[in-house]
Amino acid sequence: MDEMTIKMIIAICYVVFAPLIGGLLDGIGRQISARMQRRVGPPLLQPFYDLGKLLHKDPIHVSPSQNFLMLTYLFFVILTGGMIFLGMDLLLAMFLLSTAVMFLYFAAVVTGSHYSAIGAGRELLQMVAYEPCVLLTCVAFYVVSGSFETADIISGNISPIAYMPGVFVAFVFILTIKMRKSPFDISTSHHPNQEIVKGITSEIGAKNLAVYTLAEWYETVFLMGMVAMFVINKNPWSILAAVLTAFVVYFLEILIDNSSARVKSELMIKLSWTVTLVAAGGNLLVLMFMFG
Amino acid sequence: MYLDYAVPFLICFPFLIAVLLLISGKSRIGNAFARIGAVVILITSAAFFVAKLMNGFSVSDRLFTHTEIADHVILGGEILLMAVVVYLCVKYKKYWISLLSIVPTAAIVYLEQTAAAEEIEHIFLDRLAMLMVLLVGIVGSLIIIYAVGYMEGYHNHHKEVQDRRNYFLALLFMFMGAMFGFVTCASLIWLVFFWECTSVCSFLLIGYTRSDEAVNNSFRALWMNLLGGAALVCGIIYFYHTVCPTLSFRTFINIIPQMTPSIGVLALIPVFLMAFAALTKSAQLPFSTWLIGAMVAPTPSSTLLHSATMVKAGIYILIRLAPLMNGNITGTVVGFVGGLTFLAASFMAVAQSDAKKVLAMSTISNLGLMVACAGIGTPETVWACVFLMLFHAVSKSLLFQLVGAVENSLHSRDVEDFHGLLYMLPKHAMFMFIGIAGMFLAPFGMLISKWSALKGMTDADNVLTVIFIVFGSAVTSFYWSKWMGKLIAHPHKTKQVKDVTEFGEMFSFWIHALIMLLLCVAFPFVSGSYVGPMIASDDLMRYVDPALTTGTMFVLVGLLLLVFLIPLILYLTEKNNASTKKPAYMGGINTGDDNGFVDSFGEEKILWVSNYYFEDKLSIEKLMKPCQALAFAALLIIGCIMGAIALSVIGGVM
Repeated sequence: MDEMTIKMIIAICYVVFAPLIGGLLDGIGRQISARMQRRVGPPLLQPFYDLGKLLHKDPIHVSPSQNFLMLTYLFFVILTGGMIFLGMDLLLAMFLLSTAVMFLYFAAVVTGSHYSAIGAGRELLQMVAYEPCVLLTCVAFYVVSGSFETADIISGNISPIAYMPGVFVAFVFILTIKMRKSPFDISTSHHPNQEIVKGITSEIGAKNLAVYTLAEWYETVFLMGMVAMFVINKNPWSILAAVLTAFVVYFLEILIDNSSARVKSELMIKLSWTVTLVAAGGNLLVLMFMFG
Repeated sequence: MYLDYAVPFLICFPFLIAVLLLISGKSRIGNAFARIGAVVILITSAAFFVAKLMNGFSVSDRLFTHTEIADHVILGGEILLMAVVVYLCVKYKKYWISLLSIVPTAAIVYLEQTAAAEEIEHIFLDRLAMLMVLLVGIVGSLIIIYAVGYMEGYHNHHKEVQDRRNYFLALLFMFMGAMFGFVTCASLIWLVFFWECTSVCSFLLIGYTRSDEAVNNSFRALWMNLLGGAALVCGIIYFYHTVCPTLSFRTFINIIPQMTPSIGVLALIPVFLMAFAALTKSAQLPFSTWLIGAMVAPTPSSTLLHSATMVKAGIYILIRLAPLMNGNITGTVVGFVGGLTFLAASFMAVAQSDAKKVLAMSTISNLGLMVACAGIGTPETVWACVFLMLFHAVSKSLLFQLVGAVENSLHSRDVEDFHGLLYMLPKHAMFMFIGIAGMFLAPFGMLISKWSALKGMTDADNVLTVIFIVFGSAVTSFYWSKWMGKLIAHPHKTKQVKDVTEFGEMFSFWIHALIMLLLCVAFPFVSGSYVGPMIASDDLMRYVDPALTTGTMFVLVGLLLLVFLIPLILYLTEKNNASTKKPAYMGGINTGDDNGFVDSFGEEKILWVSNYYFEDKLSIEKLMKPCQALAFAALLIIGCIMGAIALSVIGGVM
């Protein structure tokens, strides 16, 4: 098979299987959360039932442009993941992800609902909080492997994490922000009976909510893919270690989510920037000294 | 070659139009002069560029070696500029500022009179110079076409300001003439003249309204720019007496790298002084305040100052100096000041709700990035710098003009008042949306350039600048996206807005938006066939190392198409799909049009959410002083080092 066919297969596999894995992870997450709270919790496949139900409802909107904005958001999220799994430029993929998030932001501000607008503003703050670390992570990968392309990053002799443990710590930290998990569920909340209702998703319902959920699943999958990238090297066995690492990180996110209460947005920025500067920045300084 | 007479034409013609405008007094014929003049300049510069393109930009000819008459004119011009400055300084009792004009002018005149006769070229037209000619020619003339319409609306809206629009337009033309001279001249004496010319023009433009604020701000701009001019003159005199007795700018650039090993850091002193001058002109910290103050002037002048000309003059000089700054202390400090400015100005932009101030802070911030790229001075960062300059000029010029036009119709330029602009002035909002997207979103030009800058800095192992960039660009996305959100937000008031935008203004928007998109699409081509050879030329970096591979650039073009096509296709398909409208959740009974709720007394309460500004932490008042101090300290340290070296050498000689 030539390279093109392999890439096509990977792309199709990603588009088809990523939401399945994402949905399963969501189901597992709900069960783990339930056990932590001494509940039985929903069945493993509940996220899929929910999605199916949302898709069968009559489509609704508050502002008509929400519909196409949400679909565009989904499209660019999928594209971002595609670029990562196809071995393309990581930094470009991350920039594209910011563009995707912009469409979610637009879909929230066009509605006129103030809960939605507050959530949208806070979503931007979350972006400010995690963006520096995401960029520094890409830069660190580049310094270590000499390329921004994910295909080159995962084919090194030694796992990148050996060189960039500080960056890994910072990345896992901002992952909580990126995945909108407590204590950094600033822009939205798990329960609608809180002060900002559902934040950025307040006015997103039925089909649009299904689109949002799908985008979240894709996002979870490629974010975990990025976590795996820290571990993968030339040795095929490292993939197993990487999958394990991703599971551990995912479990950690759920644990943090269940054991902490939402903080104020300014504290979030302060915390994440400090961690980014100290852990990732310090690590990068050492790396440039080593590889420069 | 006859073709090269286009340069004297481009320099002199704007001055001629300026004189015509000044003579025409208050008469409406000025508008016609300005429009015709702008179109002529637009066509000439574009045609000149194309003609040079056909010729392959040969730089073998030494152009204009015998220029006795022009030299006399320029000498006269220098003295005239000094006289204008001194007169206004005396009139407004700012006596000390006049010293900054008198002393350098006297010094440069003395140098010119005592310098040994030599045969040097006075005009130098390589790809960089031609690129600047094109940029100034196209963006500058579009600004003037826009300005003619704008001033009509401005004077209807601001009755308190004396109507001197022909004088204003004349200044814009002089500015352009000076800019053409500045980017093409190869004589250091001419360079100083055109430099001072842009300083004085901007000073007069800022003071146009003659209000107290305008006068104060214009003098602040004046002293900062004259200080830069003084540094430039010092650098030239030092170079002439210590390094090499010539007044050729081209020799200056080419001889210093050869001299450095033999006479050490000494040859870097003139480079530092010139870079310092460029920092003042590009409004870098600690000199950023003049550019913020320049906002009191009518919008076309801010546009001209910020996008096409004034601030780009500094960047132009820094690109020329880039090979001399690579890897030495001057470059390190310039890179630091630029990176710091990028970060600090983007923070300060967050706290602004006045649209023009956001644009000003964003300009300073982006200039900082360009300065940092030039200061680090590897072929990769210079490549990024050139693209940053190109994309920034077009996008920023578009945005400034839009804010001006919206202000004339809406009578406000507060971003909070742009809430729902899409429903009030749809065309303006769309253009503004594209302009802002061009400033920060993937995969538009500015972001690509920022990305290549990041890569270039990483390759140069400059951790500090990398950190400045990653934090700065996160904050940059924040202040732009919150502005974009306002444009498309659901409107909370139904105010009818009368659109007073003239045809000329609309024309200018269209051209800008088209150029911006074309540049993005033609990006790989522009890089491969123009910017690449330009950087690889012997007068610049000698070899080229594009930060992005051609393959990546084509991926970017593909993405650009997707960013437009996907929303469009989805919009068209979703429009026909059945979907039920529901009222938004208001925490009470919705008023019916999603902008408020009915309270317990049956009254309608209108609600909307304003943006985050963090004024208590990020205001200019809070941040400017410490950042200025930091940048000043960096400059002071290098100044002391350079001074000590200079003194020790003079001591050694004696």
